[in-house]
Amino acid sequence: MDCKEFLQRLSEAAGPSGYERAIRELVAEEFRRYAHDVQMHKMGSVIALRRGDGEEPRRRILLAGHMDEVALMVSKMDEGFLHVAEVGGLDPRILPGQEVIVHGRRELPGIIGARPPHVVTPEERNKVIPLHELLVDVALPPEEVSQWVRVGDLVTFRRPFIPLQKDWVAGKSFDDRVGVVVVGECLSNLAERWKHSWDVYGVATCQEEVTFLGAITTTYGIRPDIAIAIDVTFGSMGDSADGENFQMGGGPAIGYGPNVHPKIHQMLVETAKKLEIPYQIEPLPRGSGTDAWPMQVSREGIPTGVIGVPLRYMHTPVETVCVTDIERAGRLLAAFIAGLDASTMEKLTPRLDVEA
Amino acid sequence: MTLLKELSEARGVSGREDEIRSILFRHIREHIDEHRVDALGNLIAVRKARVPAGAPVPRKVMLAAHMDEVGLMITEITKSGLLRFQPTGGIDPRLLLAKKVLIGDNKVPGVIGVKPIHKLKAEELEQVPKYEQLTIDIGVTTQSAAEALTHVGDYATFDTAYEELGPFAKGKAFDDRAGCAVLVELLKHDYPFDLHAVFTVQEEVGLRGARVAAYSVEPDCAIALEGTIADDLPKKKDVSPTSRLGGGPVLTVMDRTFIAHAGMLRHTIAVAEKHGIPYQFKQPGIGGTDAGAIHLTREGIPSLTIAVPCRYIHSPVALLYIKDFEHTITLVRETLRTLTLDIIRPEA
Repeated sequence: MDCKEFLQRLSEAAGPSGYERAIRELVAEEFRRYAHDVQMHKMGSVIALRRGDGEEPRRRILLAGHMDEVALMVSKMDEGFLHVAEVGGLDPRILPGQEVIVHGRRELPGIIGARPPHVVTPEERNKVIPLHELLVDVALPPEEVSQWVRVGDLVTFRRPFIPLQKDWVAGKSFDDRVGVVVVGECLSNLAERWKHSWDVYGVATCQEEVTFLGAITTTYGIRPDIAIAIDVTFGSMGDSADGENFQMGGGPAIGYGPNVHPKIHQMLVETAKKLEIPYQIEPLPRGSGTDAWPMQVSREGIPTGVIGVPLRYMHTPVETVCVTDIERAGRLLAAFIAGLDASTMEKLTPRLDVEA
Repeated sequence: MTLLKELSEARGVSGREDEIRSILFRHIREHIDEHRVDALGNLIAVRKARVPAGAPVPRKVMLAAHMDEVGLMITEITKSGLLRFQPTGGIDPRLLLAKKVLIGDNKVPGVIGVKPIHKLKAEELEQVPKYEQLTIDIGVTTQSAAEALTHVGDYATFDTAYEELGPFAKGKAFDDRAGCAVLVELLKHDYPFDLHAVFTVQEEVGLRGARVAAYSVEPDCAIALEGTIADDLPKKKDVSPTSRLGGGPVLTVMDRTFIAHAGMLRHTIAVAEKHGIPYQFKQPGIGGTDAGAIHLTREGIPSLTIAVPCRYIHSPVALLYIKDFEHTITLVRETLRTLTLDIIRPEA
């Protein structure tokens, strides 16, 4: 699979939480090439099944990357201009001067306007423009705007994919279309070169940014034996005091902490070492903030893992990632899955050290 | 509008207007009789008088539109390959977060990064970013890798596609590529005097090009053509907009750099009313144009500014109403055709 090309397609499409239809179609189309079955889940996720060659009943592993993106929503109309509210966490300081798409009765390109410096007072210049003062301009007369746009319509960033140097790229909604690409890359690796006995469910989940709806509902339905969430994590800027951040191009970050089963963490690390895939350890002292958080407590509890791809400028339209890290994460997961066998689950159950 | 598209998407920050100059020359060469490029880089083109004058007319009229746009300049390359920068011309740093830019002659793509919201403290969300804190990320991790692609001193520009949205046009640098496009159109028509079309440099850093061009052209009167501030969005406070999209060409009565020549202004208004061309006045006291430098040149030059209203100038993406642009061409053309010496003479 061409990770960069697939990421570009996913990034340039719009899919705010609850409105992931366009992404769903792209994911289904791509995953169908590596899976035996692709289903749309009734709540909006996409589930691809790649069957293992073990004897039935086979064990199941679930891989989840979320499809939804942070966005804006029309909250009020003012003389043909639109006020907006956030859907998911956004820094309002990034908004002035951005181009957007308003998803009304038809798609309208728009601009989040910014008053020129000539008319801004010195006091205003030292203040962040609050969200309620920002207006989306769709370049239409007021009467036409109300014909196409209503309060509640979604607004997404309009940001063509930006290839940077070598394998670095930037764009919108990489959080977490990157995770979706990793799931696809893993399925593609399995289809091409790895034998695996377990069934693999590659899931593009919906609504992670708001309620984890997709992860909660598909994990319940699939009843996996192991579940791994693939999300983006904070990429290092190099020279700032950012010790908690991860090296761009340093390989996938393998999570560790209460949200991660220690044996799964260990198996992922061992797999990475064996394949000589560069990796980093991500301490997650509390929740991981990923789909792994609800997946872990699905039904009777599920051993989970977390894979993070380092990414800079999260929740902006210039999220930046190193494509090699995506490919490595996909390969790592494929090799990990190939290593799962009939005895794996036994190893995962914590043992009581009782004297013989 | 294909010319405006070409000009808007081309890059030319103050001091580096070469690409714009070449495009303009290509579009005007068939319509002009003489041209020269001066020491600062102004392109000065002459279209000789082609029609007889009915009344005594000025000998030389200068029209000026500036080629340069606001942008950024790389000032430092960090150890980890990030680029620090300062503005060339007025750019509010509050517009820079999470934008794409192109750097240097090779158009190296980069993005202006920002700490993710997850890592920001509440008080940081209230802080206006300072230039010193911002960096451009081109996708390398070492100083040497960045230095192989960019240099301190390289200009960076916004990267915005020109596009027509119904009756509007969207793009970058309409200040003043809109004026440049108007001037190119005006060069296709005949006037009873020599028209000196000057595409100026360095307007955004202090009206530098217009000053020396006006000195060398020595016109009898001049008009600066601009893409000016609209600022017509609904506001809480009841303040008049600087100008309004759809309101027609914008006439300056007074701004921070000059007071428009009363006779020329009166004449232009009369022309607009005669031809049914909508027009509006720019709210006084805001901004400045090449006319500010031109009118002070030598012993003084009667000057006027006529502009296309544009929303969101000096930002990554601006918007104009195409009819305003067309009306501006018509208004200036008709104003010139009927311009007589009487109009620019002081009142007795």
